Amino acid sequence: MSDTHAHSAAFVRTETLPEMPPPPGETGIVKWLRANLFANVPNAILTLVSLWAIYALLAGFIPWFTNAVWSAEDIRDCQAQLDGTRGACFAVISERWHQLLFGIAYPQDQYWRPILAFILLFLSAAPLLFSKLPRNLLVLTLIYPFLGYWLLWGGTIVAPLVALAGVLVGFAVYQRLVTGSFAMGFFGGIAAAFVAWWIGGFITGAAEGVLALEPVASRDMGGFMLNMILGTVCVSLSLPIGIMLALGRQSDMIIIKWICVVFIEFIRGVPLITLLFVASVVLAYFFPPGTNQDLILRVIIMITMFSSAYIAEVIRGGLAALPRGQYEAADSLGLDYPQAMRLIVLPQALKISIPGIVNVAVGLFKDTTLVSVISMFDLVGVVRGPIFSSTEWAGVYWEVWGFAALLFFIVCYSISQYSQWLERQLATDHR
Amino acid sequence: MNQPASMTVSDEVAIEITGMNKWYGQFHVLRDINLTVNRGERIVICGPSGSGKSTLIRCINRLEEHQKGKIVVDGTELSSDLKNIDKIRSEVGMCFQHFNLFPHLTILENCTLAPIWVRKIPKREAEETAMHFLEKVKIPEQADKYPGQLSGGQQQRVAIARSLCMKPRIMLFDEPTSALDPEMIKEVLDTMISLAEEGMTMICVTHEMGFARQVANRVIFMDAGQIVEQNEPEAFFNNPQSERTKLFLSQILGH
Ligand SMILES: Nc1ncnc2c1ncn2[C@@H]1O[C@H](COP(=O)(O)OP(=O)(O)OP(=O)(O)O)[C@@H](O)[C@H]1O
Ligand SMILES: [Mg+2]
Repeated sequence: MSDTHAHSAAFVRTETLPEMPPPPGETGIVKWLRANLFANVPNAILTLVSLWAIYALLAGFIPWFTNAVWSAEDIRDCQAQLDGTRGACFAVISERWHQLLFGIAYPQDQYWRPILAFILLFLSAAPLLFSKLPRNLLVLTLIYPFLGYWLLWGGTIVAPLVALAGVLVGFAVYQRLVTGSFAMGFFGGIAAAFVAWWIGGFITGAAEGVLALEPVASRDMGGFMLNMILGTVCVSLSLPIGIMLALGRQSDMIIIKWICVVFIEFIRGVPLITLLFVASVVLAYFFPPGTNQDLILRVIIMITMFSSAYIAEVIRGGLAALPRGQYEAADSLGLDYPQAMRLIVLPQALKISIPGIVNVAVGLFKDTTLVSVISMFDLVGVVRGPIFSSTEWAGVYWEVWGFAALLFFIVCYSISQYSQWLERQLATDHR
Repeated sequence: MNQPASMTVSDEVAIEITGMNKWYGQFHVLRDINLTVNRGERIVICGPSGSGKSTLIRCINRLEEHQKGKIVVDGTELSSDLKNIDKIRSEVGMCFQHFNLFPHLTILENCTLAPIWVRKIPKREAEETAMHFLEKVKIPEQADKYPGQLSGGQQQRVAIARSLCMKPRIMLFDEPTSALDPEMIKEVLDTMISLAEEGMTMICVTHEMGFARQVANRVIFMDAGQIVEQNEPEAFFNNPQSERTKLFLSQILGH
């Protein structure tokens, strides 16, 4: 007991204390520096060492960047212009950017097509990525795969239109039959789509020149464009396939369960590069003779299989994290299996799986560079082939690889930022 | 005790269980259960932990499968026929100990989901019904919040409202208050009492003996997977017959 309270324990404050500024050194930059950088001796030493490391890096990099040569004929011209000072030779990029972006053989006067396809990709992905946008924009998302194909590969517009029509017919039949049972709707829809495509095949054959863009062969696709094509197509295909595999693996139907388990375990046990070799050499045997499916299609099939196995496992983790009570509540309300999955289980399981899915997607996107090993000229293929083996630019390493890394970094970083934003949006468990 | 006129029991049979047995692997959880519940009856099931109370009421809407005997709900026999199961589930509401609300949906969406997708009721109408029942459980103002933002008692009341939105003819409760703090128990019990007063057929697994005395027509005591004793509440509490029941009551009532 202190003697202020000696008279009695009761105390009543009669006036409010005035607000006072905090003591100096407890606010602003000084306080921040002390707390974060120089809290104690080891902390201060680490700070100084890190500062020195950053300085050393920048001291090397900034002059290299500012002295850079942006236009030159070849590497010797570059070196002549630099004249002994340290500097980058970005001339290689201003000279060869079109090869890095579009590959060696894409017709130069048609570059507007991949560029337009790229821009449209964002517009059509937006309604999927941002649920606040009006729902009828999803029409654009539905059309995009066909539009994108037409823009990139060219040819008559009738072919993608027929493909789209097949999908619509299949969906209409599905809607009709699904009231009976889900399986009937599903298989009925697929069968109807195939019939529509088969009939459409004749129309396409007849309408060769209708609204035709200059056709570009698959082997002429290359550069970063090829990586983007492979990445986008494979990620968007492997997500639904991965979901189906994960659900199949949980299924009570023993045969479906085992097909899924064997598929997932097999694919996960094999390096992607072997699958790609299979795609480039072996897979041709599985297609009907004479069809000669192009390499991109085969590679897409392989990469999709690969990533859907991984995504399936990520989603299985999400499904397992869901309390049993959620399934029971859905059951007890009378929801049937597809409804329970679509409305209750998957939204939650997918939300839990977002970091894992993004991990797979980013990894997959970077793995698309492996196609350079089966002599496709993607970004890495272009760098290692046409650029490094050319007499003009052999010996320019940092600049080209840096550019390639930058392109990949921009895409992967955006994906990661988006996913973090999405996770915040979906967080409903705040108290 | 005076019961409201609506709390009368009709002769119509709502649930009939005859000779029902269930095993978990080798473990015989439910042994020869015979139970008939009339429409409008309110039954309280109690018994020690692990005696099979949850398993019994979960068999009634097929969250668990029984292996022997017969369960008829609302004239429909529970078999492996999926159509029957879905029909029964949409007629029988269930509230769980841990609420099991859908955390990714708002309170209103929790309540309208099943009516919209199972009953195929238009969204507007389902929302009106949902608001009606949310008012009944006294939390209409929470409709746009997410379950994670509500207290336990509020969540359980939402769970009750969610079941009621399906306009079930039978309600099952599995220890609806045992995960709640004492002050929240009352608000949930009040909701259940008002439901009972409206004549809902109810089967409640609970250890709230005050609730049992106030609303139950019958109290069932289970032990080791069997129905050991059943009686009207007054007789059950004041004059238990079996030794096992006496022991259990003395423990739970704290004498
Ligand atoms: N899925 C299961 N597999 C095997 N045994 C189970 C399973 N579920 C419950 N049991 C067992 O069945 C018995 C009855 O369980 P039940 O949950 O019905 O008990 P309860 O009377 O509801 O108990 P409590 O008051 O603790 O909720 C328990 O011994 C339990 O261990
Ligand atoms: Mg229980």
